[in-house]
Amino acid sequence: MSSTENAFLESLSRGEPKRNGHHSGWLNEFRRSAFQWVAERGFPTAKDDAWKYTRVAPILEVPFEPAEPAKIRRLSAGAIEQIAGDLGGARLVVVNGYFAPELSSRKKLPAEVEVMSLAAAIGEDEELLAPFLSRPFREQPHTFTALSAALAEDGALVRIPANTTIEEPIHIVFVSDTGGSPLVSHPRSLVFVGANSRATIVESYVGILGDVYLTNAVTDIVLEEGAVVEHYKLQNEAETAFHIALLDVRQGRGSRFSSHSLALGASTARHEVRVKLEAEGAEVILNGLYMPRNEQHLDNPTTIEHAAPHCTSRELYKGIVDGCGRGSFDGRIIVRPGAFKTDASQTNKNLLLSESAQVDTRPRLEIFADDVKCTHGAAVGQLDEDAVFYLRSRGVPHAAARNLLTYAFASEMLSLLRVETLRSRVEKMVAWRLGGVEVAV
Amino acid sequence: MPDVMLDIKDLHAKVEGREILRGICLQVNAGEVHAIMGPNGSGKSTLAQVLAGREGYDVTGEVLYEGKNLLAMSPEDRAVAGVFLAFQYPIEIPGVGNLYFLRTALNAVRRHRGLEDLDAMDFLALAKERMKLVEMDQSFMTRAVNEGFSGGEKKRNEIFQMAILEPKLAILDETDSGLDIDALRVVASGVNALRSKDRAMLVITHYQRLLDYIVPDRVHVLANGRIVKSGTKDLALELEKSGYSELEQQPEPRPSPVLGGAL
Repeated sequence: MSSTENAFLESLSRGEPKRNGHHSGWLNEFRRSAFQWVAERGFPTAKDDAWKYTRVAPILEVPFEPAEPAKIRRLSAGAIEQIAGDLGGARLVVVNGYFAPELSSRKKLPAEVEVMSLAAAIGEDEELLAPFLSRPFREQPHTFTALSAALAEDGALVRIPANTTIEEPIHIVFVSDTGGSPLVSHPRSLVFVGANSRATIVESYVGILGDVYLTNAVTDIVLEEGAVVEHYKLQNEAETAFHIALLDVRQGRGSRFSSHSLALGASTARHEVRVKLEAEGAEVILNGLYMPRNEQHLDNPTTIEHAAPHCTSRELYKGIVDGCGRGSFDGRIIVRPGAFKTDASQTNKNLLLSESAQVDTRPRLEIFADDVKCTHGAAVGQLDEDAVFYLRSRGVPHAAARNLLTYAFASEMLSLLRVETLRSRVEKMVAWRLGGVEVAV
Repeated sequence: MPDVMLDIKDLHAKVEGREILRGICLQVNAGEVHAIMGPNGSGKSTLAQVLAGREGYDVTGEVLYEGKNLLAMSPEDRAVAGVFLAFQYPIEIPGVGNLYFLRTALNAVRRHRGLEDLDAMDFLALAKERMKLVEMDQSFMTRAVNEGFSGGEKKRNEIFQMAILEPKLAILDETDSGLDIDALRVVASGVNALRSKDRAMLVITHYQRLLDYIVPDRVHVLANGRIVKSGTKDLALELEKSGYSELEQQPEPRPSPVLGGAL
């Protein structure tokens, strides 16, 4: 490991591994081994295929400190609402990686639905959660999941029993509030959705303008047989921040999962999605919109693993890259032996708005089964000059015409957001980012 | 003296080194409708595009619009000053609502005229009224600009836009192409309703048929990038009989001294 990497790890390890007596030997041992893994392997570079597009070096140069619950200043519920919005349903707030019960509210959630601090849940039944907590690191370790395994202490837990339908979205807000010095948080979340239950989960990642921090988030969602989950992820970190996240999804028989990712913030962000279709008839939809500008670098690696027959996957990611921004979509689809009648399709479309904008798109299909249908397509283009002229010929100024067409490119993704409170919020954010296009309805 | 609205003087336009317009001279007065006819490739659409400000042409010569240098103006400045091009192939813009688009355009024009923006409600009332001109179904308002419109619907939408924006100079580029006879009649009656003493129109068409419905004050024949013949509406009828081939074969009226008529 380089001296930079060493120093980085050194600063992170100051807070950890924690030995406060709550954790069993198993958990402590697991944390230590994960930390050891990082110490031995170091950090990924552009040579690591899975990290080909993500710049890690700038993260390592920041003198980060681990977040500590004691140091958190009190944010008001009003402030949270202002930066993350009120989506009308239950809200769980995680500040610097630590669950904040005083800012969280169940609203009208049925009593049998559990929402709580992950640390508290581990305290109650560590054995039950251990396999889930350790899975991302055990199955596909990389440096940041290992760091999460070693250092994450808290986050949110959502447990929805079988046959329960929750109409209102459950909004998990991850706030970083550094108080001035660079800070790392490792929010860890687990969501369990029981058989034939339905729920909507929204993850928002936000920070304070100008703050330097790293969010290293891992979220697991488990769908039992027949469960239906709509998931949204809104990454709107401060543009001075770093965001590395993994969403790990397991789907049971006949379950339906959809995830919409919107990447707007952070200087460097990587939102990785892994979905495993474990039993017959599961369906997944992954949608994403990423909009790097200035010097932003926003990466979207996805892996969909068809491990059972008769499963369907649909992916649509769109990138809008401006300034010296860089975006990437790395879409891996694995069809395991025996996963016959797999139906997978993947589309990635990119709009480059400037000469220096850059995008990488990589479809990776690994098919080990017969009788499957897998399609993919990728496109990188610029604004249609005919359309720009058409708008200008009607009196729309040049810049406004470009912004309007850019918004139109994004609007396909926005129209897919089914939570209305979220959609109208996101529409405004995207429009504002595009020079104040009035939201076109 | 009538007001000269558009004064085109020796207009040349090249694209990728190829000269498409080769010295167009044309004057159009307020209140007049001029038809420009010509075979395919004669430069009709290029003339329309150049007047509307399409980039990508190497343009020389002079075009005065209400006495101002039109060629120096951006497309949007031309539009707000009252120039309107009805496109031969209207562009589909998925994701932009027809109504929203048009209100944005109208308010740009209104601001230029020193008027206040119309709000959504007032605009809706205006749009409903003007849609009747081209017998457009109201469902078109809520759809994206031209997306999934048939050829005829797109052309109606162009004239509807013209009715909303109330230009001083309207250039209709092959508005008849792709229209069946019923649609043609509807579109033409929409155009006729917009004829006024303050408005000039340049009607570009390949076929005489449109001119049965929109009767022009003057007819010009464009061939090989030049106006080779001008006359009254009867010229269109003559052309219908004789075709364009004779005109295209005519010696060039003003041979270029450099090329010495070698073409």
